[in-house]
Amino acid sequence: MSSLILRTATRYLVPLLLLFSIYLLLAGHNYPGGGFVGGLAAAAGLALYALAFDVRSARTMLRLTPTGVSALGLMLAALSGLPGILRGSSFLTGKWMVAYLPGFDPIKIGTPVLFDLGVYLVVLGVTMSIIFALAEEES
Amino acid sequence: MELLMAIVIGFLYAAGVFLMQRRNMVKFLVGLALLSHGANLLIFTAGGFTRGSPPIIPEDADVAPILHADPLPQALILTAIVISFAVLAFALILFLRAYQTTGTDDLHDLRSTDT
Amino acid sequence: MNLLAAPIVIPLLLATLALLGMRSHRWQQALAVGGAALLVLVSFRLLFRVREEGALALQVGNWPAPFGITLAADLLGAIMVVLSSVTGLAIALYSVGARETARERFGYYPLVLLLLMGVNGAFLTGDVFNLYVCFEVMLMASFVLLALGGEKPQIEGGVKYVALNFFSSALFLAAAGLLYGAVGTLNMADLAVKIPAAEDGGLLTAIGLLFLAAFGIKAAIFPLFFWLPASYHTPPPAVSALFAGLLTKVGVYALIRFFTMLFPLEASFTQPLMMWLAALTMITGVLGAAAQHEFRRVLSFHIVSQIGYMIMGLALFTPLALAGSIFYIMHHIIVKTNLFLVSGVVHYLRGTGELKELGGFYRARPWLAILFLVPAMSLAGLPPLSGFFAKLALVVAGLREAAWALVASALAVSLLTLYSMTKIWGEVFWKADPTPNAEAAMEPARYRMLVWPIVLLAAVTVAIGFSAGPMFALAVDAAGQLANPSAYIRAVLGTAP
Repeated sequence: MSSLILRTATRYLVPLLLLFSIYLLLAGHNYPGGGFVGGLAAAAGLALYALAFDVRSARTMLRLTPTGVSALGLMLAALSGLPGILRGSSFLTGKWMVAYLPGFDPIKIGTPVLFDLGVYLVVLGVTMSIIFALAEEES
Repeated sequence: MELLMAIVIGFLYAAGVFLMQRRNMVKFLVGLALLSHGANLLIFTAGGFTRGSPPIIPEDADVAPILHADPLPQALILTAIVISFAVLAFALILFLRAYQTTGTDDLHDLRSTDT
Repeated sequence: MNLLAAPIVIPLLLATLALLGMRSHRWQQALAVGGAALLVLVSFRLLFRVREEGALALQVGNWPAPFGITLAADLLGAIMVVLSSVTGLAIALYSVGARETARERFGYYPLVLLLLMGVNGAFLTGDVFNLYVCFEVMLMASFVLLALGGEKPQIEGGVKYVALNFFSSALFLAAAGLLYGAVGTLNMADLAVKIPAAEDGGLLTAIGLLFLAAFGIKAAIFPLFFWLPASYHTPPPAVSALFAGLLTKVGVYALIRFFTMLFPLEASFTQPLMMWLAALTMITGVLGAAAQHEFRRVLSFHIVSQIGYMIMGLALFTPLALAGSIFYIMHHIIVKTNLFLVSGVVHYLRGTGELKELGGFYRARPWLAILFLVPAMSLAGLPPLSGFFAKLALVVAGLREAAWALVASALAVSLLTLYSMTKIWGEVFWKADPTPNAEAAMEPARYRMLVWPIVLLAAVTVAIGFSAGPMFALAVDAAGQLANPSAYIRAVLGTAP
């Protein structure tokens, strides 16, 4: 599968896909998108990389093991419930804060973003562990 | 529409159960998949149909239109689809391993742990 | 009431920590044991709070019921969480001694923690659909635990286990969808208010029966139990014990919850049906056990027969009988887990569970023999152990309802249970060893690590037996809350029904 065309195109496509996945993740609170699709888009990018080069280099690109990525995501999602408790309301209650940066509109950051980031990582990790396992089975 | 869906769901269930009676592992798995699709459509149908009115608040209003589609069944189905996807993927790998370790894809031959 | 989320979130967080430290066995073991111990503390705290203040509820994310995700605990739920935590602690300790190193590398401890998360979630959720989700979390973890290791019997048992549980989940899902279509809510407290007011009784009975079939497969009641004896004896002993203690009981819990609060049994149809199921489950289970000659297979069939007793209490449907059922679950989870743990020690020492090839354990390890005898006699229902009081309550309740046949079969099954237990005692512990010196070498430290959890659970069994009065009072209160769920409904919906 390692054609020159695919490899060259992949070098340009993977950063775009990853960037797009982050856009989807952040847009997801109010517009179509979210952690799930974002994670899938990122996984598509990595899978493309694994196809064009090989699974080992895709694994190094991920740095953590796929299981580690999903574990991290699960942890973030669970932890995003705690600010609600600390501020005296229910577990997983959404808590928001506004960041004022000069030259930008005020940015609202809240626990749902953390939760979505968790979902993103879980989806990425699970998809990658499936794809890596299947790809390694093949070779 | 309900009638059509009822027929489709009935067909999915019938096909699923029929395939589950087969001795071949792959057919059995396809049967399970059809069954879970049937269940998902059943939730969708039981939740009721509303045409052309998504549960979204329009930009110039504060509340959603009075007659809008119930978003809950869709949320339930989405969750159920992800779960059944995961379970089916696991079952597929398990059946593959079963085929590799026992050398047969006939469910009737998997009897050594029975009593 | 964020305490309610703790039994679900603690195992989840610890499982993620364990997954991140997959390389280190010590780290994973420490997390599993520490986490299970923490769960025991939290669950007892929850039980005491529920005992003092009545039913508790948590609206996750502050979305009001019946729209949001509701967690709710009445006494039954809190008792079940305590039981699952105690079992989890025993299993975690035992797993450290069992040293299944190869399995640990592929996430054994995180899976045990996730299984506990699913089980606790199922006991605490106040919503039918989330019950389905928690079932799936628990099943997914159990699928992997069952197949982990990939030995041939494990894979074969796993195929049946996965297939039937998947089928039952599809039924559950369909029933939940139909219920939503018929009543328009899935929140249990809301359902408890709306179902009695619903007009279409026939449809609701049909939905109830769909739930009965779905939970019946999971609880292994007659005639849907065949997956259990085909799979429970295949995984490593600690996993068998965990499954034997907890998984079918989640099904029984769901049956009790549904057929008291949501679809109260009707004397015209569902109650006699349930009675038949109870009697047949008891009898087929115990007869199956009598025909078996392998340690864990005998015990697996006994799970089925014991489930029959729990269903019997539900079927009689009087406050006393329900309390008997709940007391029976309390006794059974501890005892059954313990018996599987003892069988595991025998398995690790001798490499087999065939009764014919075993023997001489009373002479070689008298303490182990006594530790077997405590849960075994409790299971058979000998006073003053916990099983005696559990059966006594059910039999008295049956006699008051004049259900002679049911009581007669319960007593006969109890006698046959005693037969099975003495069979194991005679074959494994009492008779002379047919193959002397076949015992595998085991360092004393590891042996002690395996025996401590057994001592812990045996002590709990004896304690339940000797404090049967207060324990039974607790079960009576739990049954009372099921029969009259107004406190539960008030806690969840915030208004009186």
